[in-house]
Parts: sequence; C-alpha cells; structure tokens
Amino acid sequence: MSIPREEVLRIAALARLEIPADAVDRVAAQLSAVIDLAAQLDQLDLEGCEPTTFAPAEAPLRPDAPDGRQLDAERATASAPEAEDGHFLVPPIVEHLEP
Amino acid sequence: MSANGLWRESAAALAARVRAGELDARDLVRAAWDGPGAEWEADVHAVVHTDPVQRESNAAAAPRTGALAGVPVLLKDNLCTTDFPTTCCSRILAGYRPPYDATVVERLRAAGAVVVGKANMDEFAMGSSTEYSCAGPTRNPHDLTRVPGGSSGGAAAAVAYGLVPVALGSDTGGSVRQPAAFCGVVGLKPTYGRLSRYGLVAFGSSLDQVGVLARHVEDVAITYGVLAGPDPFDATSRPGPAPDVTGFDAGVEGLRFGWPANLWQAGVDAEIVAGLERSAVALERAGAVRVPITFLPGEYGIAAYYLVATAEASSNLARFDGVRYGFRHPESDDVFSLQTRTRSAGFGAEVQRRILLGTYALSSGYYDAYYLKAQRARTRIRREFAAAFAQCDALLMPATPTLPFRLGEKSDDPVAMYLSDLFTIGANLAGIPGLTVPVGLSADRLPLAVQLLGPEDGEPQLLRLGRALEVGGDRSRLTREHRTEVAWPSRR
Repeated sequence: MSIPREEVLRIAALARLEIPADAVDRVAAQLSAVIDLAAQLDQLDLEGCEPTTFAPAEAPLRPDAPDGRQLDAERATASAPEAEDGHFLVPPIVEHLEP
Repeated sequence: MSANGLWRESAAALAARVRAGELDARDLVRAAWDGPGAEWEADVHAVVHTDPVQRESNAAAAPRTGALAGVPVLLKDNLCTTDFPTTCCSRILAGYRPPYDATVVERLRAAGAVVVGKANMDEFAMGSSTEYSCAGPTRNPHDLTRVPGGSSGGAAAAVAYGLVPVALGSDTGGSVRQPAAFCGVVGLKPTYGRLSRYGLVAFGSSLDQVGVLARHVEDVAITYGVLAGPDPFDATSRPGPAPDVTGFDAGVEGLRFGWPANLWQAGVDAEIVAGLERSAVALERAGAVRVPITFLPGEYGIAAYYLVATAEASSNLARFDGVRYGFRHPESDDVFSLQTRTRSAGFGAEVQRRILLGTYALSSGYYDAYYLKAQRARTRIRREFAAAFAQCDALLMPATPTLPFRLGEKSDDPVAMYLSDLFTIGANLAGIPGLTVPVGLSADRLPLAVQLLGPEDGEPQLLRLGRALEVGGDRSRLTREHRTEVAWPSRR
C-alpha cells in the first residue's frame, strides 16, 4: 500500500516534524514499505487474543510524601536551553493581550 | 598479574582482588585506558562521553566492598548519570546532564562499580548497527569494516576489545543481544520489569529493558544479581525478589532445551546454523535434553514490533520539544515553530521515520488496524512461547540471521535493517528473558553466537545453559577455577 503525500504531511504536522519538500516522496515510500511489512499480521489468527500491554494490574503506589529526591527549580532548569529564575523560557504563547 | 594485563581479567576476579586490598580501583581504570583503550578506541569509537578526571574521582569514591568492587563499567548513553552527559547520541539532547542517576546506575555504584563513561548507540536506541548515532558509527573490533550491531553497539564493542569487563545496554527489540552476538560477548536481556527502567530514557515502554554485556557468563550473573529487583520509582518493575542466579555454574543435567529448527530453514547463514548444531551437541554432552519444537515464524514478530515500538516511541519522544533540556533551534516565531524546528533539526532521519510511523499507527482511524492488532498479535506470540515452555526450560535458536554486516550495507534500507532483529524481537514482545552467548569464530574470524530464550524469571536456567556453552559442554570445566578462553579480536 502507498501512503499519499498529503497523509505524510498531515502526520508530520501532528508529530511536530517538518519534512523538506524534496524528501516527502522518499519518506512516503519508506513508511509504506514498513506498513506493508506490518500487513503480514492480517495472516495471523488472532481469534480470542486480547491485547497485551504489560500495564501492571495494580499500580504500586508510593506514600504521598516528600522523599528527599525533590528536584528544586534551579536544578530542574539547569539543562534548559533558556531559563530564568528557575523558570523555562519559551516564545510568547498569547500575544496582543490587552491589560 | 602485571598492571597492564589487568584489563583481560573478569569482573569477578578483579572485584575479588579489590576486596582483598591487592588492587585499587584507580589501577583498573588506568589499565583500561593505557591498555586496550589506547590501542583500539580511535579505530572502534565505542565511547562518546568520558573524562580522565571524572574516572579517577569515581574510582576514588567507589566502595571497596561490593560484588563489583573497583570494576570499571561503561553505560549506554541512554542511562541517566549525574557525572557524565546523557544524550542518547542525539543532537536534540546535546550536552544534557540529568539531575539524577538511573536506579541501575545507583545500584552499580553501591556495589563498588566505577562508571567510566558512556557508550555509543543508535540515536534513542533506534537501529541495529550503531550507524544512526549523531557521534558517528562504532566499528566492530573483529573487523573494522563491519558494524558492531546495535543499538548498544558501543557497549558491546568496548567489552569485546577489553576496555571494560562489563557494560550496561538496553534491549527494546534485541539491542543488547544482537550487538553481543556481532561482537562475540555475552548479552542478557532480563525479564520485562526485572531491572528498573527509572532513568533509562524511554523508547518503547512496554518493550524496554536494561541489559548486561560482559565477556563471561559469571560476570553477567554477578551484575544481574546487583541490579535486579523491585524499584518503587518504576511502576512497571516486577514485584517480589529476583530469581537467584548464583547457581549458574551448577551444570545442565536434565535441563530440556527446545530446538525450533523450522525457524532457520531459510535465510540463516550456514555457519550460524552449524554453530547452533555444535551448541546443541555440546549441551547434550553436558546432560541436557534436546526437544524438537515448531515455532511461529519471526516475521510476525517484526510486523507487530515495528507498530508497537514506533507507536510508543512517538508518544515517548513527544517530550523532546526544545523547552526543558538539550538543543533548541535558534530561530522560532512561536512555540509551535520552536518545537517543529527543534525536532526536525534535532532528531536524525531514522528517529523521525519511526516517530512518523508511530504517529500514523496511532492516528485517528488507524489505531484498531495497526496498534491494537499488534498488541493482540503479542498475545498470540506470548501463547506460542507459553506452549513451548510447557515442553522445555529454554529455547536454543539463532541470535541473528547473518554474521556482522558491513558499514553502509543496510543503513539506507529500513526494512532490511529491521529484519536483522528477526530472532530477538519475540522476547521483547512477550516480556521474557534472552541470553546470547558467543560460540566461536566463523571462517572469516567473525563472532558466531547462539541465543537462549526462557520463560519469565527464567534467567537462572539461561545462565546455566550459557555457562555450559561457554565451556563447550565440558562438565569437567564447570568450576570457577576453569575460566573460558575469550576470543579476543586481533588487529587487522
């Protein structure tokens, strides 16, 4: 099966990825090849097979109390590309706000 | 033992001498870098982050009492460490220093191990050759024109050429076992949840497992003993105590190994098949029993895997957006373009391909046809394994369909690359343990390996069978005094 160009671009936008215009056809062909590989599952009898997830039946919960491993704001932002006073900096999200 | 020969020793032997006060951890670290590191590293390129000052201070700080006292250990670059950068060999995490150690790293350090640096890997563990690393490829020490396998290729290569006796990797679809096979070392992927994933950068959360690479089965057993067990910081860690693997040297009398010969009727290298047959005979000579079995072909596993792993990866890697850590694209107008430009410039081609594939498999209208169907196929595969393990204690099978391939041979053909995981992926889908063991060299002096798969918590019998293969099935050599010969790579 072949994944159309528009579909590849829609998926890329969802994934926050930009595909250069001259690469879209190549990416579409590579994705299609893997999807074709996956189509082999259609030959497998899955009657009565519930999905496997490995999610624990009961999540082991820790006590809801500080445990000494707390991450302070300074350390949390130490590896950030831009930070100030323990806050992560990003470009404006909402602009032209009237006071 | 001369100082410059220390690096040839096993972790077990080194730790015993450190505990006895005969050796200092700093000697071991220096022996590694002055010896094989000086000779090999420039050609092999197994290490991506290290620092002589940090190595020395880690050696000085290591307790002299634990099971791994003074033993130098290299970590795959997706395990969080406070003392070395953790970048998953991706531009998007350039320079990142985590604020905490992974649980497995904490446990290593508490047992006396000395973390000496971080090993090369395919970016975010996505690959089977270590060619998809932003730091450039690692080469196979047995033949520098060939790949070491992947994604834990740096870890496997460093153990093979002698930089460290033990390294940690991660195995999502074979990323410990396949490079171990290609580099001629022992590689263990434990039962899902047995080793904590806290501080392992997530790829496919329902498949990921930290694994151990070493030159000797004994060193794998010791390291597993140090690391395995529940962790309150990993909600998927397996409750209850880990199985005891100290009996790895107990022999294999009466153990039953499955022989799914239908799996290698087509498409497996003839020398690998011959190595399997020799291994089966060796195990029989040591008292184990061969049980012929028919098993579901691995192609179904590949199909399920590349849907599940990419779907989970697309979700896990959403966190890399240029806001909290690592690289940020310098030009952006708003948060959307900041994220998109950062991710497009920060992730390599294979990672982007898998994110796209996973996003597609999870997107509206396709979820049932792809992700859900793949999760149901996992159940089918688990039932196959359960039926097999009703008849035997472990399966003996190939680790890989081919010997190590050449650099560049598969890097432009994703499907060809994915097929090199044919025999390893099933264990991740089913959550069961797997062990690859070297069983000699091919006519071209490339490592030959076999793989053993066991039921959940089957690590003890895997290590017993692996140990028997290590001594060629010779029961008289199953004692700690009789260590095995290592097939060291030679310079060529």
